[in-house]
Amino acid sequence: MTGRGVVWLGSPPFPKAAREALKDGRLRANLKRATTTIRDKRLAVASELDDWEALRESAAAIKRRAARHLDRYLLQLEESVTAAGGTVHWAADADEANRIVTGLVSATGEREVVKVKSMATQEIGLNEHLAEAGITAYETDLAELIVQLGDDRPSHILVPAIHKNRGEIRDLFAAEMGSWGRPAPEGLTDEPAALAEAARLHLREKFLSAKVAVSGANFACADTGTVAVVESEGNGRMCLTLPDTLITVMGIEKVLPAFTDLEVFLQLLPRSSTGERMNPYTSLWTGTTPGDGPQAFHLVLLDNGRTDTLADEVGRQALACIRCSACLNVCPVYERTGGHAYGSVYPGPIGAVLTPQLVGIEQTASLPFASTLCGACYDACPVKINIPEVLTHLRAEAVAAKGRSAEALAMKAAAAVLDSPRLLGAAQKAAALGGRALARGGHIGRLPGPLHGWSDSRDTPAPAAESFRTWWRKNRENR
Amino acid sequence: MTGRETVLARIRAALADVPSEERPDDVPVPRDYHRSHTGPGQDTVALFAERVADYRATVTRTDRAGLRDAIAAALTRHGARRLALPSGFPDELLPSGGWEWHAEPLGVPALDGLDGAITLACAGIAITGTIVLDTGPGQGRRALTLVPDYHLCIVGAELIADDIPEALARLDPTRPLTFVSGPSATSDIELDRVEGVHGPRTLDVIIVDPGISPQS
Ligand code: SF4
Repeated sequence: MTGRGVVWLGSPPFPKAAREALKDGRLRANLKRATTTIRDKRLAVASELDDWEALRESAAAIKRRAARHLDRYLLQLEESVTAAGGTVHWAADADEANRIVTGLVSATGEREVVKVKSMATQEIGLNEHLAEAGITAYETDLAELIVQLGDDRPSHILVPAIHKNRGEIRDLFAAEMGSWGRPAPEGLTDEPAALAEAARLHLREKFLSAKVAVSGANFACADTGTVAVVESEGNGRMCLTLPDTLITVMGIEKVLPAFTDLEVFLQLLPRSSTGERMNPYTSLWTGTTPGDGPQAFHLVLLDNGRTDTLADEVGRQALACIRCSACLNVCPVYERTGGHAYGSVYPGPIGAVLTPQLVGIEQTASLPFASTLCGACYDACPVKINIPEVLTHLRAEAVAAKGRSAEALAMKAAAAVLDSPRLLGAAQKAAALGGRALARGGHIGRLPGPLHGWSDSRDTPAPAAESFRTWWRKNRENR
Repeated sequence: MTGRETVLARIRAALADVPSEERPDDVPVPRDYHRSHTGPGQDTVALFAERVADYRATVTRTDRAGLRDAIAAALTRHGARRLALPSGFPDELLPSGGWEWHAEPLGVPALDGLDGAITLACAGIAITGTIVLDTGPGQGRRALTLVPDYHLCIVGAELIADDIPEALARLDPTRPLTFVSGPSATSDIELDRVEGVHGPRTLDVIIVDPGISPQS
């Protein structure tokens, strides 16, 4: 256990978890369909904007400016939010954040809170902490509700219940809704519209009676103190508008220098995320407004390992992530293993670079190897995080920390994902050759053939992305 | 040390590589993107109408003289009879007939008992098909357009901005802002899009040429 949350207790390391996931044929079919659908939608709407590259450059630069002067911007944000009637809290780690939020809820005398999807509160395990204090947290995002009712874990940033099909969701609603509140209607079918209606009815009484809400934030503007939540279902608006008290838990890296910077991110995020020109609802609020919405607003600024990430000059770019999930949807490894295999709140390529940095490489040494370094994530990323570069950098650290060769770590991850005997055979052969020919001082240079993508370490920072990707496609299609 | 001091100290230590004389403005931010994605001479209002309709919202275009009838037609089509009415909504626009207008202030349970809400908007965005509400006159508190299941929104054509940068520049960040792009939706179940989860399941938009102004 790390004290920082992020990773799930008792999760097997990536190679083992991936091997398990690969046995699940339906999971793989669901994932493939889902990732392909979102990928195509994203490409269509991104290509509508002929200055997409200029927007990405600008977004990356805004985030770079914010990161290099993070202390200044957070202090400015604190000042703006306070001036607008909000209260700012600072939490160095998960425990402190949980204590702050639990204390704020307890002070209201309420025993229930409604929540809108927030990866930061998942990361710190807030719900469990609240439960220990006798406070029930109701997840209100449809997918989060599915995950919560099923006592399950999210497997995708954007569609956390991507691993469940409609029949399973129907059964879950019919069996579990009653113990959390309003039961599912009699004779519930597995039509998505009927399931959404059941969720609407189930959560409505919670929204209308909730006095306290906990939310995440997509962005916060230092100059004005404006906080933004981008969503689709309207549960965000419910949580941000109807309760008396709003507690927003936000990673310190979410701060933007200026309100006007939203003009870049509100173009990039919906198109990269759900593949829409704009998501149904975006809420912006600044402190409190007399007579409208919560009259008490608390903003909790969370570090929890982010400053360790910031200290790494190569790894710090991962803090620019706006959680759009585009990198998951293009990743050949994610598509095969799903999100649970990463054992972290943050799955996929971004998880492979963020998780080891947040919790320490010793605990997660195999994660930076959960990639083919094909570069598709970098191409898709709206804030231009060079994920392959960070992965390569972290691999070197993993090797140093574990005292094992990159080859050994890479082979374990690769063997798990390249599950066909034929591919595995080829990989092993290549590894053996490469290992003999190239290993030196515990490091290896680059493995020839299919495995070279898995084995790049510090010695070979520039992956031959194109050739591996071509190889991968060809071999995948032949199967 | 407080959490605040700890976090700030850690940040400063982590940024040891940043020269102490560097100012935020020294980090270059290129702004080479377009201020607008509309084409030269493009009909922004028509584009807005088309893009709103893409979200499966119903869009009507009318002028000042036809507005009352357009409102009546939308309400009739949807079968909405009991409606929330925000402060500052121009009375002369309300059609006569069997409609009940429930004026603000309205509590949440009261809103929950109504069929819908009728409001103005403070801005539109053509490229994304978005309406923006800032709780100003004729728009109501945020709950008014959230709790009832139907939202009829009237947007003056002159309020429609070409694109997001222009719209944001016109907005006042000190007000609560809600960007609405079609009815609420989810794709959480097998990625099948379902319109209408917690927000209004139906969104009707009426564009008025030239504009209308709220009552002061
Ligand atoms: S790393 Fe980039 S592509 Fe992946 S979720 Fe973050 S912003 Fe999106």
